[in-house]
Amino acid sequence: MGGMRILATLLVKEFKQIFRNRTMLPIIFIVPVVQMILLTYAASLEMKDIKMAVVDQDYSQASRLLISRFQGSPYIEINLNTTDYQEAVRELTRDRVDVILLMPHDFEKNLYREQQSDLQLVVNAINATEAGLINSYCTRILNDYNNQLRSEWFGLEGSGGIKSLEVIPRFWYNALFDYKIYMFSGILVIIVTLIGMLLTALNLVREKEMGTTEQINVTPIRKYQFLMAKLIPFMLIALFELAFGLVIGRLLFGLPIEGSVGLLFLFTCIYLFVVLGIGLFLSTISNTQQQLMFLAFFFMITFMLMSGVFTPTNSMPPWAQKINVINPVAYFMNVIRRILLKGSAFGDISREFYSLLIYATIILTLAITNYRKTT
Amino acid sequence: MNRFFGFVKKEFQHIFRDVRTVVILFGLPIVMIVLFGFVVTTEIRDVKVGIWDRSMDPTTIKATQKIFSSGYFVPAGYLHSEKEIGALFRSGSAKVVVVFEEDFERNLLRENRAAIHLITDASDANSAQLSLNYLQGVLMNFFKTLNPDRALPWTIHMKSRMFYNEELKGVYMFVPGLMALILMLISALMTSVTITREKEFGTMELLLASPLKPREIILGKVMPYVLLSFVNAGTIILLGFLVFNVPVVGSIWLLLLECMLYITLALSLGVLISTSARTQQMAMFMSMLGLMLPTILLSGFIFPIDNMPRILQWLSAIMPARWFIVVVKNIMLKGTGFAFIWKETLILLGMTLLFILASVKRFKIRLS
Repeated sequence: MGGMRILATLLVKEFKQIFRNRTMLPIIFIVPVVQMILLTYAASLEMKDIKMAVVDQDYSQASRLLISRFQGSPYIEINLNTTDYQEAVRELTRDRVDVILLMPHDFEKNLYREQQSDLQLVVNAINATEAGLINSYCTRILNDYNNQLRSEWFGLEGSGGIKSLEVIPRFWYNALFDYKIYMFSGILVIIVTLIGMLLTALNLVREKEMGTTEQINVTPIRKYQFLMAKLIPFMLIALFELAFGLVIGRLLFGLPIEGSVGLLFLFTCIYLFVVLGIGLFLSTISNTQQQLMFLAFFFMITFMLMSGVFTPTNSMPPWAQKINVINPVAYFMNVIRRILLKGSAFGDISREFYSLLIYATIILTLAITNYRKTT
Repeated sequence: MNRFFGFVKKEFQHIFRDVRTVVILFGLPIVMIVLFGFVVTTEIRDVKVGIWDRSMDPTTIKATQKIFSSGYFVPAGYLHSEKEIGALFRSGSAKVVVVFEEDFERNLLRENRAAIHLITDASDANSAQLSLNYLQGVLMNFFKTLNPDRALPWTIHMKSRMFYNEELKGVYMFVPGLMALILMLISALMTSVTITREKEFGTMELLLASPLKPREIILGKVMPYVLLSFVNAGTIILLGFLVFNVPVVGSIWLLLLECMLYITLALSLGVLISTSARTQQMAMFMSMLGLMLPTILLSGFIFPIDNMPRILQWLSAIMPARWFIVVVKNIMLKGTGFAFIWKETLILLGMTLLFILASVKRFKIRLS
């Protein structure tokens, strides 16, 4: 019973210390909110307005008709109309337009004579993702136009013996392509991880650097009591942060919560064991806060980028997918999105759940054995 | 002068004694460029596709084969009911489900048209759209072969040219951003933490009491980081070129000069932070939250500034990295000269002067 009392006293001390620290309070309460709002708005990879320059060298009815098709699209904003291709390229270099639509001479003539015609699209491709989206979007507009031309030509009586295929796309879970809810769920992961890993480790190393760990070491406090008192507060803060985040997401961005909140918290607990374990482990191998910060920064950014927060893990090369087996953030990123956006139940995520459970056991054992009370 | 060099030497030894930090300092750019070059990619690869073939005739079977031989898609199993689609999406084992309607081939022969439903898990909106586009392309190509004897009339073909980045490599976008990020990390973050550390441990008092002038102390402190930053900038450019063929189209000297300007800016920011932070932890969080995060988010490094709401676009204007990235992109990728970037350079120069002035004003010789 004495053990529990010591632990309770230590916990009180830790909480007091955390809440007394004036830099900590904003970090726990204000920074996550700012991050959630800022990140969600800033971290948008959804296509908005495509700035287009039109170079119409044909100046025919056909070319104008097609241009009006592009003009009519809600995503395209035509910034420049010219016949001078060089002028359009200069605008592209200055980043004033993203894409040039070039209608060459004889565009109409070829279309009517040979029923085939060419046009050129020049995309500023420094941002490859954006360029890919622009290209596929413009292709879709052109395909629609082609189909319309054909059906006008063949009339209603059919397709003139041409077999055609009707492709009907349907988008589940997020039919409006709202990138914000996708991003927001990712940001929740980042915040929980940041608190679990970085703050815990910083706290431990700070005591070490200041020499106060030594003072605790000479007391009868046992290793497990000391460590539990260090880890439990941050675990609670991280869980609080998740709840806080869910409320903000729900109110501000209409974040859907399709699955069970209980399941989400259960999974988060397991995840936090892993992250706290890593934080503890990092703290055992560094002596100063500066060292630790660099180590933690390194791990965090690597784990984060590989976790699929911005880009799907499926697109990653095989070696990266193999590394992701030991990347806890990847598991959590995947699961939180499935529970929140798609309503996955325990059966759907059981493989990830047990993997993290094993992971937590290994990393905590490793970190605790590596932690020496005596230095 | 001799005294000053002695001090700089001491600072160098101080940094290089800590092997682990040095390894990370030099390793970080390498790891980051590999990550961004290979891992952070939106290319479509191995998208898991489920098939619900309600017709099971030779045409649909052939179409299915075509999908999986295209190289972009891997089979995620065959379904037999609508209910299974949801289950497949929830467990994450498929991203797209292709549904061939009943009597597919018969419809195609009799009515000359048949329908395919492509059901996509759009919880990740961008990859959903991209995979759908690819899938549509593969299917369209296949069905073109069903009308072999004639070219489709009334077709306008689009030829796309990708300027500055013919192969659409994601790394082109990231090299300039990575330079901005790493230079900021090393110059501003490290400087602010190092100076604050001396303050926190009380050794700053000792230094100030020495015959070294305060100006010399600060200069001596930042000197090693100037060098480190340059080495890292070089590493990024070299690796980008050797591993990913990212060219330096414009003048390398102009690029290095601009790097120098940006490094000076970051260092003065670091000094400024250290004048207002009392503890290392404070300095760290101020640099992390005030510098690193905005540098990653608001500079156009990963996320296009044009897509952001107005307020964030204004906010991004005060981020030094934003202007630096424009400069690097122009010189490295587009090969433009100074005429295209003088405005950005001027902004960076102005910011640098501002930060230096502010930190000189705030720097106190007497502590507490």
